[in-house]
Amino acid sequence: MTEKSNKKNWPLWEIFIRSKNGLSHKHVGSLHAADAEMAIENARDVYTRRNEGVSIWVVESRYITASSPNQSESLFDPADDKVYRHPTFYNLPDEVKHI
Amino acid sequence: MDPKQKALLEQFQARIDAEEKIEPKDWMPDEYRKTLIRQISQHAHSEVVGMLPEGNWISRAPSLRRKVALLAKVQDEAGHGLYLYGAAETLGADREDLIDELHEGKAKYSSIFNYPTLSWADIGAIGWLVDGAAIMNQVMLTRTSYGPYARAMVRICKEESFHQRQGYEILLALCRGAEAQKQMAQDALNRWWWPSLMMFGPSDKDSKHTAQSMRWKIKRKTNDELRQQFVDVTVPQADFLGIEVPDPALKWNEESGHYDFGEINWDEFWQVVSGNGPCNRQRMEARVKAHQEGAWVREAAMAYAEKRSKRREREAKAAIQVA
Repeated sequence: MTEKSNKKNWPLWEIFIRSKNGLSHKHVGSLHAADAEMAIENARDVYTRRNEGVSIWVVESRYITASSPNQSESLFDPADDKVYRHPTFYNLPDEVKHI
Repeated sequence: MDPKQKALLEQFQARIDAEEKIEPKDWMPDEYRKTLIRQISQHAHSEVVGMLPEGNWISRAPSLRRKVALLAKVQDEAGHGLYLYGAAETLGADREDLIDELHEGKAKYSSIFNYPTLSWADIGAIGWLVDGAAIMNQVMLTRTSYGPYARAMVRICKEESFHQRQGYEILLALCRGAEAQKQMAQDALNRWWWPSLMMFGPSDKDSKHTAQSMRWKIKRKTNDELRQQFVDVTVPQADFLGIEVPDPALKWNEESGHYDFGEINWDEFWQVVSGNGPCNRQRMEARVKAHQEGAWVREAAMAYAEKRSKRREREAKAAIQVA
């Protein structure tokens, strides 16, 4: 991460905010901070100045493993031809209710 | 161009044409990446430098109500700078490099911030005109083709509508006040009108980036289109305040449904862009000074974080030995 310069820059963190209880945390962006505590404090200032959140998760960016766009065929195409996983695939007469 | 590269470019353009968003790990032409890093970092620098002319008036705001609003606005600009640096970093740019480029005069920022804020009415004019012009541009950019940039713009637009309203309210109070106060508002409009029109950048015929940026849907309207849109919505707002836009050529054109307006002083525009505006040097000195004087804080925070992390490791080891 820091090989390219001798300067010790604050690492990058990804920020996730729960906007209210009952909803999941959602990625909102990133910021730099020296450690996790500071990342939470900075995230409070940067991403929740207008009551946007009730809870904050911070994860150092280098610990996130992401799928690559090149994999998207092998990962996601298999779901394309499986219409039987959707309720509309099944034909039922209109008389049948609540199903 | 080799056929593989050509195919990639065609695929990329097809995605753009189909209104698909481009995300950080997707393949993109080098020039698309470079254009975005340049544009997003300039945008970030503008937010950060933009704090300086307004910060000048925080301690002299005429009431507590005006002061909390201005403080909140300036804090928002800092936040906007951070969202944008974050978006630039998703393209592989390094934050430290971007800031160095600004400080070394290699990167540009909006030239409007090189004009001085001489009276309290200027704070009103900045909110109304400068933020108004910025919003016009940024609303368009919420639909830009690069995902992280578009998302940052959505947040920024939500927050900036208060900026423009607080500015207009300041001028409204002055215009409903004593004659001398109304005069202050008029003077501010006189000085900020033309620089605000210049914020949209060079005229389309002189803009070297516009055509490609439109093809890649980084931009969706040209500089001149946005400028016209700004004039059309802003002139009636000036009329409501009862102050006069300083342009003798300004005239409603029934036929086109738009205002006609006079020619911008492009010589002044290029002078300010190339570093010879009234406050260019002062702004950069203030930025560099703040960065240098904050260096020990950044280093101390890093040293403290390292010390604590080492201590935690030691304690964990000790705990294992005890067990």
